Amino acid sequence: MHRDHKYTPKNYLAILAALALAALVALPAPGQEKSKEKPRAAEKTYAIRGAAITSLAGPTIKKGNIVMRDGRIVDIGADAAIPADAEVLDADGLEAFPGMFDALDQAGLQEIGAVAATVDAHELGEFNPQLVAAVAVHPASEHIPVIRAAGITHVVSAPEAGGFGGGGGFILGQASVINLAGWTIQEMLVRRSAAMVVDWPGLNTRTFDFATFSVKEKPFADVKKEYDKKVQELTDFFDEARHYQQAVEKGSAQNYVRDLKLEAMIPVLKGELPLLVLANRAHEIRSAVEFCDKQKVRLIVGFAGEAMKERDLLKSKNIPVILGPTMRLSPDEDDPYDKFFTLPSDLQKAGIRFAIASFGLEFVRRLPQQAGNAVAYGLSYDDGLKAITLYPAQILGLDKDLGTLEKGKIANIMITNGDPLELRTEVKYLYINGKPASTDNKHRQLYEKYSKRP
Amino acid sequence: MNSQKRRRTLLILGMAICLLIALGAARAAAQDSGVTVIKNATVITVTKGTIEHGSILIRDGKIAEVGKSVKEPAGATVIDATGMFVTPGIIDCHSHIAVEGGVNEGSVAVSSMVSVGDVLNPDDVEIYRDLAGGVTVAHVLHGSANPIGGQNQLIKLRWGKPASDLKFEGAPLSIKFALGENPKRSNFQPPPGIPQRYPESRMGVMDVIRQAFVDAREYKKTWDEYNRRVAAGDKTAIPPRRNLKLDPLVEILEGKRWVHSHSYRADEILQLMLLADEFGFHVHTFQHVLEGYRVADEMAKHGAGGSTFSDWWAYKVEAYEAIPYNATIMTRRGVIVSINSDDAEEARHLNQEAAKSMKYGGLTENEALRLVTINPAIQLGIDKRVGSLETGKDADLVIYNHPPLSVYAVPQKVFIDGHLYFDREKDLAMRADNEKERQALVEKEKKAAEAEKKPEEGKGKAGAEKKPGAGAPPSKEAQPKPPVKPPQDATAASAGHE
Repeated sequence: MHRDHKYTPKNYLAILAALALAALVALPAPGQEKSKEKPRAAEKTYAIRGAAITSLAGPTIKKGNIVMRDGRIVDIGADAAIPADAEVLDADGLEAFPGMFDALDQAGLQEIGAVAATVDAHELGEFNPQLVAAVAVHPASEHIPVIRAAGITHVVSAPEAGGFGGGGGFILGQASVINLAGWTIQEMLVRRSAAMVVDWPGLNTRTFDFATFSVKEKPFADVKKEYDKKVQELTDFFDEARHYQQAVEKGSAQNYVRDLKLEAMIPVLKGELPLLVLANRAHEIRSAVEFCDKQKVRLIVGFAGEAMKERDLLKSKNIPVILGPTMRLSPDEDDPYDKFFTLPSDLQKAGIRFAIASFGLEFVRRLPQQAGNAVAYGLSYDDGLKAITLYPAQILGLDKDLGTLEKGKIANIMITNGDPLELRTEVKYLYINGKPASTDNKHRQLYEKYSKRP
Repeated sequence: MNSQKRRRTLLILGMAICLLIALGAARAAAQDSGVTVIKNATVITVTKGTIEHGSILIRDGKIAEVGKSVKEPAGATVIDATGMFVTPGIIDCHSHIAVEGGVNEGSVAVSSMVSVGDVLNPDDVEIYRDLAGGVTVAHVLHGSANPIGGQNQLIKLRWGKPASDLKFEGAPLSIKFALGENPKRSNFQPPPGIPQRYPESRMGVMDVIRQAFVDAREYKKTWDEYNRRVAAGDKTAIPPRRNLKLDPLVEILEGKRWVHSHSYRADEILQLMLLADEFGFHVHTFQHVLEGYRVADEMAKHGAGGSTFSDWWAYKVEAYEAIPYNATIMTRRGVIVSINSDDAEEARHLNQEAAKSMKYGGLTENEALRLVTINPAIQLGIDKRVGSLETGKDADLVIYNHPPLSVYAVPQKVFIDGHLYFDREKDLAMRADNEKERQALVEKEKKAAEAEKKPEEGKGKAGAEKKPGAGAPPSKEAQPKPPVKPPQDATAASAGHE
C-alpha cells in the first residue's frame, strides 16, 4: 500500500539500534518462561452489541451486532455471534452507521489559516503532480480529533490552490485518503494517492489585487487569451508526460532522466488515477470534460456549482461530481436563493453521481449539516446519508473498502444517539480501522476545564 | 457593441430583475388587509411557553393575541399552519449585509465619526436571502479595523423598501469597538507606500481607546459648561466647536450609545471592561467573544452580553482556542448570550447554529432558541419590541415546516410588522416567470447588439481600440471564481472577517 519507505543509512542505524534494544528487552530473564511473551501481531477482536444498524447495504437492522478484527468487519447482523474474547461495547439504545467520509478537505495540512507557518496545503509553481498530501499530513493536528468527534472517520486530504493573491497553481498534487486515527501517517493511510487535483482556470475578468486592495478589471479578450494559453500549457504538459511514459515503458533506463513530475502523471495517463478537477462555472466544467475526453483520462469534477447547466454532458459521460458545501451563496444574485441547498437533489433527479464535501478545514465537522440541508430541500434521506458515506467511496473507487457496514470492509463506524444529520445528535463512540477511537478533543477538554472554574 | 454599452445594458437588466423581485414583495405586502390570523400551528413564543395547535392574531403590524384560539375578525387573512411551527423572527446580532461598498473605514484608529446608516443599500440581494432564512432584524456593524470603529445600524429586513425604511425605529444608538488581531492589523499588509497604522499591539489598542475617552471627557466638559451657562440664562455663551469624532463617545459616556466590541481573547475582554469601569460606561456586548468562556463570570458581573459563533475556529491565532461550548458556558454563568452570523450565508441558518448548543454543553430547546431571538433583542435594547411572540410586540415571525431547531426546518413564510415579506411558495412560483423575463431581456439585448453592430463598425477603428472590452462576458462570468474553501474561510483568513 505504501511504497514510499526509503531506508536511508541513517534510518538503518536507528532501526538496528531499536532492534537491538528490543532484543535485549525481549530476552527472558533467568527463570522466566518465553511463552509469556504476547505476540504483537495478534489484534484484539472488538464487537458492538445491540445497536440499531443502518448499514446502507440493506434494510436497517433493528438490533444487531458488529464484530471486527484486524481492521475489518468480520461479522454483522441481528444474529452475528460475538466471540468470547471480544472487547464488547453495549450499544443498547444507540445507532450504528458507517463513519462519514469527507471527500475533500485539508485535514492535517493546515492548523491556523492566517499563520503561514502552519499551512502546508499549497505550493508554488503551476505543475506539481509529484506532490502528495499524505507526505505533509500532521497526525497530531488538533483538527483531526475535532473532526473525528463529529463522526467523520476518514477524509480525502488534498492540496489546495495557492493562497490569497498567489499565482495559484494548476496541477496541485495528489490527494490522499486517510483514516482520522493513528499515531503516524502510515497507520492512517487508506490510499496514498486517490486523485490528481487540478484547479481549472477560470475566465475571470475581475480579480482582486492584494497590492492595492482593490478589484481590477481586465478586458475579456485578454482574459480569454490567458485562459487559452493555460489550457495549451496543460495540453503540452500531458503530451510531455505521454512521451515520458513511452520512454519509461519502452525504453531502457539509460535513455531517459528520471523526472518526478512526469513520472507522477503516468497513473493518470493509464487511467488508474482520476483527475479531480476543481471547476465551478459551467464553462470550466465543460472545458474540463472536453479536455479529459481528448486526453482519455478519468475525471471527477470538484465543487461544481454550475453542474446543473452541464447536466446532459455529465450524464452522457457518466462523470461524477464532488459538490462543495450546500451552505453557500451564489455569486449570481438572480439565482434562486436556495440554489446550493437544492443542488444535490437536482443532480440526483438528473441522474448524476455526486458526493458532498466540505472543501475546507474549519467547517469539516459541518459535513452532516451540509447533507442535512440538502435533505431539507428535497434530497431523500437515504441519499443524504450516502452523499457523505457511500457515494464518495464509490466515486473514488474505494467502495470495496468503505462506505457501508458490510463484512470485509474497513471497520469505520460511528455510534450515535440518533439521526446523524440532525444538529443535536451526539456521536457517542467511534471505531476507526477496527479499533475504538476517542471522541475526546481540544474543545471538549477546554470545556471541561473551564466548566470547573471555581 | 462596446463594453460600456454592454455594462449599461447589464445594469438595466440587473435592475429589472431586482425590480421584479421587489414588485413581487410589494404585491405580497399589498395583499394583506392588516389583519392576519395564523392558526393550528405549534406556536413557540420563547418567553411564554409553547402552544400546541395555537393561533396568532396580527393587527396593524403588531401581535394582537396569542393563544389556543384567537378572534378571527371578518376580512382577516387566515393562514392554516397545520403541522407548522411559528417562532419569533430571527435576530442577527452581527451582520454586514445591505452595506454599499466596504464596511471598514480603516485609515484611522478611531473612526467613530462614520456611520453604516449613511451607506445602506436596500437592493442588496443578501437582504432577501437572509429574510428567506427567517432573519427579520439585523445589527449591521462597521468593520473591525479600528479599536473604536464606526456607528452601526440596526435594520429590519423590509425587502423592497427604500434605505430609510430599513432602519429599526427607536432603537438605542450603537457603535463598534474592536480588540485584538484586526485593529492591530496582524493579518493585513498596508498597500505599498502606505505606512503601518498605530496600534500594532493589544497595549496600543487599549491606549487608543483610553486616549479617545480622555479626549471625550474633556470635550464633554466644555459642552456641559456651555449648557450650564445657557440654562442659567447666559446669552453670551459661545457653543464649543462640534467634534464629530467625539460626539458619539460622549453619547457612550451618557449611556445613549451602546458599545458592541469585537473581541477574541479573554485578556482583552477583561481589559475593556476595566477601562469601561474606569470611565463609567458599559460594554453592552462582546461580539465573537470566542474566549468568553474564560471570563464569563467577569462578563456577567459587568453586565456584558456575549454574541458568538456556533462552531467556527482556527482561522487565526486568536480563534485557536475557540470552542463550540462557548455559548453554553457563558449562559450557565449568567451571561446573556446570542449566536450571530457575521456573514450573509451563515445568517440563513442561525436557527441551526443555535441548535448546536444543545449538543455542545446541553442547553435546553428554549435556551437554544433564545440565542437567536429574545437574547439578541435584549443585547440590542429592542426586547420590548421584538424577540418573542407576545401581545403588543411587533409581528415579526417565521413559519417553519419542521421544528425550528431541526436541520430539516425550512422557513415557509416570514412576516415583518405583520406583512408577509417572504413566502417560499410565491418565490418558487415566481422563478419560471423571472426566467422567462430574463430570457426575453437577453434576446432583446442580442437583437439590439446586432442592430448596433453595423453603425459602430462605421465609426472607425480608433474608438474600438480605446475600448478593448468588446465581447465582454455576461456579468456572471465576471465574478471572481469562488475559492476552493467556503467563502467564510476566505473572509477570515484575509479580507478580514469583521
